[in-house]
Order: sequence, then C-alpha cells, then structure tokens
Amino acid sequence: MATAESILFKEHTENQGAPVMSICHLYKSFEDNHVLTDFNLELFKGENMVVLGKSGSGKSVLIKCIIGLLRADEGTIKVFGENIPDLNDEELDKIRTKIGFLFQSNALYDSMTVRQNLEFPLRRHWIKVSQQEVDAMVTNALNDVGLIHTIDMMPEELSGGMRKRIALARTLILKPEIILYDEPTTGLDPVTGREIIRLMVEIKKKYNTSSLIISHDMNCVRMASDRIVVLLDGICYANGNYEELTNNQDPKVKQFFE
Amino acid sequence: MKQISSLNAALNEAGDISRFTGRFLSHWFKPRYEVAEFFRQCFIIGYKSLPLVGLTGFIMGLVLTMQLRPSMVDYGVESQLPAIVSIALIREIGPVITALIFAGKIGSSIGAELGSMRVTEQIDAMEVSGTNPFKYLVVTRVFAATCMLPVLVMLSDAIALYGCYLGVNIRGDTSFNLFWTQVFDNLAFYDVLPAFVKTFFFGFAVGIIGCYKGYNSRKGTEGVGRSANSAVVVSSIIIFVLDLLAVQITDLLGFY
Repeated sequence: MATAESILFKEHTENQGAPVMSICHLYKSFEDNHVLTDFNLELFKGENMVVLGKSGSGKSVLIKCIIGLLRADEGTIKVFGENIPDLNDEELDKIRTKIGFLFQSNALYDSMTVRQNLEFPLRRHWIKVSQQEVDAMVTNALNDVGLIHTIDMMPEELSGGMRKRIALARTLILKPEIILYDEPTTGLDPVTGREIIRLMVEIKKKYNTSSLIISHDMNCVRMASDRIVVLLDGICYANGNYEELTNNQDPKVKQFFE
Repeated sequence: MKQISSLNAALNEAGDISRFTGRFLSHWFKPRYEVAEFFRQCFIIGYKSLPLVGLTGFIMGLVLTMQLRPSMVDYGVESQLPAIVSIALIREIGPVITALIFAGKIGSSIGAELGSMRVTEQIDAMEVSGTNPFKYLVVTRVFAATCMLPVLVMLSDAIALYGCYLGVNIRGDTSFNLFWTQVFDNLAFYDVLPAFVKTFFFGFAVGIIGCYKGYNSRKGTEGVGRSANSAVVVSSIIIFVLDLLAVQITDLLGFY
C-alpha cells in the first residue's frame, strides 16, 4: 500500500508542484488509544481532498492537529513550509489566517449577529481597514453563500443549512488559501447537503483554494473530491480518485463504496 | 486514600488557577486592547448588577440597625447606632456581602457563558481564526469585574447607610443631617481605605475564577452547569480567605 501511495503522491507532485500541506509520520494517542499511527498526507494547490473514514477513526483529530487545536505526539505537519507543532502562539495565529476551518457544529458566535460574526476575525487581523471596506467584504462573503438578507439576523433565527453557509462565509472572509471542512454535511437533509457541497466546489473554483474535507457522506466524497484518502487503523490506508477507489478490490476499502 | 486524592486534585486545581492567572497577567498589557468589549462587560457586570446589589445593601443596612437597636438601648448607647452600624458596614459587612452577591451573580454567569462557548466550540472557532479568545473573553471580563466591584461596593455602602437612616428613624427621630454627621464623625480614613482596596482583590478573584471554570469547561451541558456552580463556590471561599488576609495585613500595618 505504501508503494502505491508514494507513486500517487509522486504523480501529484509532478503535476501540481510543491504541496501546500504535508503531513509526515504523524502520531497521536489519547492514553492507550492510538488514533493516528504514522499517518502521511500531502495536499496540493487547488486540490479538494476528502479524508474518508469510519466514526472514531481519527479524522477530526487529524484536522485539529493540523490547525493546532491538538498537539501531535510525533511527526511533522508542514503548512506553507512551517511545521505547525514547532510554532509559538503568535506564529500559529499568523498561519491560521491562511487556513479556514469549518466546524461540524458551525460554532457561530451566538451572542453576535451574522454581520458581527463575519466582522469579528476581520477587525482583529486587518486593523487599518475602514468600516466601508469591512462592509464590502462582509457583503461579498454573504453574496458568495447567497445569504445577504440575513446580515442583521442572529444565528438562532437561521436554519441548519443557513448556519452552515454563514459559517462558511465567516471562514472565507479572511481569504484563506486552505480550507478544512469537518463533516460539512452532517446533520443536514440530503438536498441542503448537496447545496453545501456545490458551494464548496464553487468556492474552490472561484478562489483556487485547497481543501481538506473530513467526511463519511458518500455524496460529498463523490461530488467534492479530486482525491480521496482512506483513514483506517490510524494510517493513510488507500489513496486515489473516486473511480480508482471504487474499483479497488481491497475489502477494507470496498466497504466504503458499496 | 480518598482524602489524599481529593487533596491532590485541589492542589492541582490551585496550580492550574495560578497558571491561568499568570496567563492573564501576561496578556493584560499586550496590544491589541479590546476596549469596546471591556466597556460592554463593565455595563453587563457593573450596571446590570446594581439593582440586586442596591436592594441587598438597603436590606442589610435596615436589618442590621433594627437588630442592633435593642442591645444598644439596653446599654444606653442608642445615640451611637449610626456610628456603630456605619463602621460595621463600611469596614466589613458591605464589602464581603456585596462580593458574595457579586460572586453568585457574575461568577456563575461568566462560568456558564464561557462554558457554553467552550462546549459549542465557539472558543475554538476564535482560536482557529487566529484571533486571541483569551484576550477577548478572559482579560476583558476579569478586568471589568475588578473595576466594577469597588464601584458597586461604594454604592451598596451608601444605600445600606440610607437603610440604616430609615432603621434609626423607625423608633427614633434623627434628622438626615445629624445622622450623616454622626456617621462621618466616626468614620476614619483607615476604616475606608483598606475596605476599598480589598474589593479590587475580591472582584479580581470572582472574575478570574469564573473565567477559569468556564474557559476550561468540559463534558457538555453537565460540564457547563458544574462550571457555573463551582465558580460561585470557589470564588466565595476565596473571598473569605482574602478577607482574612486583608484583616491580618490591616492589623499588621496598624489600621485600627
């Protein structure tokens, strides 16, 4: 498996240049529970990669390690050449502005309006930006997700799908180069789920972002992925595009695509 | 064995609170300053606590006066009632009772608010957007609590003294001017200053414990409830410990 994996990574490297994110020999345990054991992954510019795995396989742990919410036990996570575990708080904050993160629970600030939710990161990073420019950026981000009319509403007044889109708009407002999606369609009905997936694909096309999508929703895997990584037993078990993995005869891979 | 593990847990928590306080101090002076959020918190913590603190202050002054009167009459020093009550209120009862009310209202509210933000990943969302949630959520609340409690204690003392004035006049006839003259003739600088200074520490304790409990809340909604509850319990205990220390220090410095 490791050979096939390295061949695929090599092909991608040749086609797309240096990776924007590279994870090497990542280990993460919680006491005796070894979640990630020698996990490797590379994400390239403009690529949508889906990490597919069963519940509890360590997908969310993986992206929390990438964004620095959890500290890896061993290994390197290089994002734009910087090794995340080596960064201090200020350096980490700086690199986080280039990485968007869409939470499974949306994590909208429930005491703030939609406008304030979007302004919050902007006001703290782009201090010298005028109010007119901030307004324009907020309007653009809300137009991207088609929810400009909700600008003065509170999160509690929005439906689940709308909250997801507002959370996506908040992620986009700092113009990230990489977006991490943590189960973006979980808890949504199939129609709304498909809308969110389409939005993710549009965003990738419009802003040429790279995305790492954590999911076990096969609709999401099929529609949004350029490449899929199967996370199993703490390692990158299989790697390829949708067609390649659908035709994979390994029973552990096949179980996801049946 | 159980007692040893409880002691161990308590010491661990004391260490964690000390580290949290150290983190607060290291963030305090560093820009960016969240001025707007600080004033918003002052409004919530200070202004919105005023009705509760004012009511308890009024009842405190009135009841203390009514309870003391019979003994004062027995000893034939009824005329000293305003002086005795005002000294007791200003030196001890006012700051401590107000701080306990403040801990109940503000400590629990901060603990629950930050706790629910933690379990709904709102604090994580601030972190991953590269903003500093500690500065925005913790520094502003602790600083606001530290600044607002002394103001609330002063107002509570004033309202309690008015309650005392009414209490004195239920069965007596003391003019407003005479009452205040008796109060201020018997109050000295060293009655007011230590009592005022210790309220900053009480406010700081309520703010830091509430924030610590909420910020480190775990285990879902049950954890939020536990954070709010233990914020009140721990900050109330710390208020009494700080009061004890303040009395000892005041005594050592000769403020008596």
